Amino acid sequence: MPDALRHKHLLEAADLDLDDATLVLDTAAQIEAALAGREVKKLPTLRGRTVVNLFFEDSTRTRISFELAAKRLSADVINFSAKGSSVSKGESLKDTALTLEAMGADGIVVRHSASGAPHRLATWVAGSVVNAGDGTHEHPTQALLDAFTIRKRLGRLEGVRVVITGDVLHSRVARSNVQLLHTLGAEVTLVAPPTLLPVGVGSWPVTVSYDLDAVLPTADVVMMLRVQAERMNASFFPSAREYSRRYGLDADRVAKLSDDAIVMHPGPMVRGMEIAADVADSARSTIVEQVGNGVSVRMAVLYLLLGGSA
Amino acid sequence: MPEPQRLLTADDVTRVVDRMAHQLIERAAGSATGAEGGGDGLDGLADLVLIGIPTRGAPLARRLAARIETFTGTPVDVGAVDITLYRDDLRTRGVRALEATHLPDAGIDGRLVVLVDDVLFSGRSVRAALDGLRDVGRPRAVQLAVLVDRGHRELPIKADFVGKNVPTARSQQVKVRLAEVDGEDGVTVTDA
Repeated sequence: MPDALRHKHLLEAADLDLDDATLVLDTAAQIEAALAGREVKKLPTLRGRTVVNLFFEDSTRTRISFELAAKRLSADVINFSAKGSSVSKGESLKDTALTLEAMGADGIVVRHSASGAPHRLATWVAGSVVNAGDGTHEHPTQALLDAFTIRKRLGRLEGVRVVITGDVLHSRVARSNVQLLHTLGAEVTLVAPPTLLPVGVGSWPVTVSYDLDAVLPTADVVMMLRVQAERMNASFFPSAREYSRRYGLDADRVAKLSDDAIVMHPGPMVRGMEIAADVADSARSTIVEQVGNGVSVRMAVLYLLLGGSA
Repeated sequence: MPEPQRLLTADDVTRVVDRMAHQLIERAAGSATGAEGGGDGLDGLADLVLIGIPTRGAPLARRLAARIETFTGTPVDVGAVDITLYRDDLRTRGVRALEATHLPDAGIDGRLVVLVDDVLFSGRSVRAALDGLRDVGRPRAVQLAVLVDRGHRELPIKADFVGKNVPTARSQQVKVRLAEVDGEDGVTVTDA
C-alpha cells in the first residue's frame, strides 16, 4: 500500500489506480473512526492551507460537503460562485484562475458546466485541482463516496454487482462510477432507454440492458440517476410517466431485490420520477448516509492531495 | 550496509513488558482516586486507560493490558490514537497512510491515560499524541510508557515508564520489532 497518491490533481476517476482508490477509501474510514463520537470534530492537519471552492454551476451538497471537509481539516476556505463575481462581467476561466493563484490557493475545488474545464485549470495553477463535477464528463469524489458507501454497507467491492439506472447520457456521476467501480473490481450494469445511453458505451467496461426488472434480482446495489431535464435539448423519451413506469424504482421493483441489496442515489433526486418516495426513505436506501460519507471521503482526498509538501 | 546490533532479544522484550506491567499496576494502585488506605489498591486500575501510538505502540499497549490482567485479574481499557493528522512534519516528509484510532467505550474523561509507544526519540510523536488526546477528552492525568528511550529529545518531554534506556548517537537507527506487526520480537540498533 502506497503512502500517497500518484497524481497531484484529482480530475477524473481514471487518475486513481486500485492502490490509489483503496488508499482514499481506507483513509476516509480511518478519519471517520478517528472523529466518531468526538465533540471536537476538527483536525489541525491543513492549518494555514487555503482551499478555494470555485463553483460555476449550482450545487448544494457538493459545495457544502467540500467546505465542511476543508474546515474540519482546519484549512482556510474561500467560496466562489460565478453569480455575483467578475465572471458575470465577462472574466474568463483563466483570468479567474490566475487571480486565485496570485492569492495563494493551495487547492482549488472546481465545478463547471463545460466538460474538461478542470483539466485546463490544472495547467494554469500551481496548486492541486479537484474536479467537483464538469459538464457531463466526471465527478470523481461522488464515485469515491459511492464506493465508500457500498464497501461500508456490503463489506466489499470486489465482485459486487452494481446496476446504474437512468440518464446515463448526461451523467458525470455514472461516468466516474463506471470507471472507479471497474478499477475496484465491481461488475457494473447500465440500464437506460437507448436514447439516454452515450454513443460508444460499447467500449465501456459494463454490461448494458434495457430491462430493469430483469437485472434487479441479481443486483447487490441499485444506483438511480436523476433525469437531467436542464441538460436535455431534445425529447429523449415520450413522457415522464412512461419513463417512470419503465425505469423508475418503486416498491414493486424493490421487492424483486435480494434481502441485503441497497438503493443509492447521488442526489438531488426527483421523488416520483426515478425513485418512489417510500423507496427513498426505506432502510435499504443509503441516500442520507451518502451525504455523510461524502464529507469523510473529501477529507481523505484533501488530506492526501494537500497534506504533504508538494 | 552496517549490521544491526541486537539490544533486546525476544525473551528480553517479554521480561521488559512484564516489568513495565508491574510498574503500571503499582503506580495505578498508588494513585487510585478513592483510595483511603483500605482494599488491595487495585481500584486504580479501573481508572487506567492504555492508549497506544500506532504502529507499534498499539500492540504494545494491548500486551501491557493483557499482562496487567494476568497479574491482577482486573481487565484494563486499551485504545489507540493515530497521530498522523497531528504531525508537524507532514509538509517536509509528505503525507502517509493513516492507521486505526479507537477509544474505549467509557472514554478518557477524568481517567489516568498512559500513552504507550515503542521508541522515545525527539518527543514529537508524543506532542502530536497529546494534541490528539486534547480533542477526544480531558483525562485526569497523562503519563508516558515507552519500550526504549534512546535520548535526543527536541521537546520538554519525559517518559514515566521506560523499558530500557539506550544511549545512542543521533545518526543511529533504533528498530523495535513486535510479533503482531513484524512476525517476531526484538530491538536492534544500526549505525548510519
